[in-house]
Amino acid sequence: MATKIYKGIPVEVNEEGYFVNPSQWTPEMAAEIAREMNINLTEKHYQVLDFLRQRFLQGETLTIRSVGKSGIVDVKEFYQLFPGGPLKNACRIAGIPKPVSCI
Amino acid sequence: MKNIVIVGAGTGGTLMANKLARKLNLSEWNIIVIDPSEHHYYQPGFLFLPFQYYNEQQVVSKTKSFLPRKVQYLQTEAERLDGENKKIILKSGEEISYDFCILATGTHPRPDQTPGLTGNLWRKNIFDFYTLEGALALQKFFSTWQGGKLVMAVAEVPIKCPIAPLEFVLLADDFFTRKGIRNKVEILYATPQTGVFTKPVATAMLSNLLKERNILVETEFYIEKIDNEKKSIVSYDGREISFDCFTVVPVNMGSEFIARSGIGDDMNYVPTNKYTLQSEKYPSVFVLGDAANLPASKAGSLIHFAAETLTANLLAVMKGGQPEMKFDGHVNCFLESGKKQATLIDFSYDTEPLPGQYPLPVIGPFQLLKLTRINHWGKLIFKWLYWNFIIRARPIPIPSRFSMKGKKLVK
Repeated sequence: MATKIYKGIPVEVNEEGYFVNPSQWTPEMAAEIAREMNINLTEKHYQVLDFLRQRFLQGETLTIRSVGKSGIVDVKEFYQLFPGGPLKNACRIAGIPKPVSCI
Repeated sequence: MKNIVIVGAGTGGTLMANKLARKLNLSEWNIIVIDPSEHHYYQPGFLFLPFQYYNEQQVVSKTKSFLPRKVQYLQTEAERLDGENKKIILKSGEEISYDFCILATGTHPRPDQTPGLTGNLWRKNIFDFYTLEGALALQKFFSTWQGGKLVMAVAEVPIKCPIAPLEFVLLADDFFTRKGIRNKVEILYATPQTGVFTKPVATAMLSNLLKERNILVETEFYIEKIDNEKKSIVSYDGREISFDCFTVVPVNMGSEFIARSGIGDDMNYVPTNKYTLQSEKYPSVFVLGDAANLPASKAGSLIHFAAETLTANLLAVMKGGQPEMKFDGHVNCFLESGKKQATLIDFSYDTEPLPGQYPLPVIGPFQLLKLTRINHWGKLIFKWLYWNFIIRARPIPIPSRFSMKGKKLVK
């Protein structure tokens, strides 16, 4: 557990930088987190982040495939928006836990 | 008469039909099972076919022979569920009303979901072993193969029997070693996940095991397509792995029946209360096993353990009560590693696989997260248990509830 400051607000994050409390997240913080990962957020990025947060708050399991079926981006574009592990990177920027498969 | 309709006669549906035939007053309840398949498969046995441990006869039987006589079996396809009007519409248009329904429609390999997978090389150099046909085609291929690069990949998670692809590469190592051509076979395991398993303690143990066996691992490899010309698999982030023989667990999806009924998620899994096993949408519908969107492994052992909770809750609701028993996500799997050894993992929603003994502390006889000969015998005996006890819902001396007895916490 650690504390980070995003947009001047202290936020609790885990050892991998994921928000412990997703309700602390704001869209403005997202831009800052993204910059740490060398990503500049565009409108498309935000649409994906909204989709992920919505699905997460509904208690659904997040998968790359479901983002690909969202109508916002296809899987290829998802990889281009969030290079090097799109789902885990997008979730970190969206202030929600790292998705884990439950096998 | 009131109707309880079970859709699907695989492990879950067959087991529930047997359980309910014993528990329900059959002068009051009519049990109806719907499944188009003439055959019941011992699916864990498919993995052993390519390596000639089993033959076809040992893994196939008649669906009908495992259903109690007092159960009405409709060997036909169900078109969709109408949850508002509590009925199942069959392909023929016939409608079956239900008072309660159990969905046990499973999960199914969908090679059509990956571009190029079912192209020219399908079942020539590319094989699935989650179907009888695929496993037998691979058996034939391996019997004359002189070696080359063997690539095993998982296209998407979740899949049923999540450790089967790991067992596959370990058994392949053993098989080609025994054939004396292991030095001519390169084995690589590619997974979309960040490690060979999801939970830390088991991942560490299994990673070491693969290393010892000289099996290469490529993680976070999410397959975009198969290039049949170049004989390679290509990931979304542009990595490319060439192969001489490619074995794949295709994308797994819930039944099309679930999609047609409009009750599934993106992958056709039914949103289900993970504790009560009741459908989130319709209280008179319960969901068993792979068909449900539970945050747990899709595995036969889970079905066996969950069936107890489902039965208790179904009986309670039938009497007008509340579904009070809570499923704990208990699942266990033998992992066959070749060389006449196996390991066992036992876990739940809340507890990751840990080392120790199972089911009894000290005595075992099974060792968790450790390769032993007894575990291997356990795996082999399991086939006999499956056909004679598990799907016939006869009691076995393994508690359904997950327990920490015999387990050691790892720091």
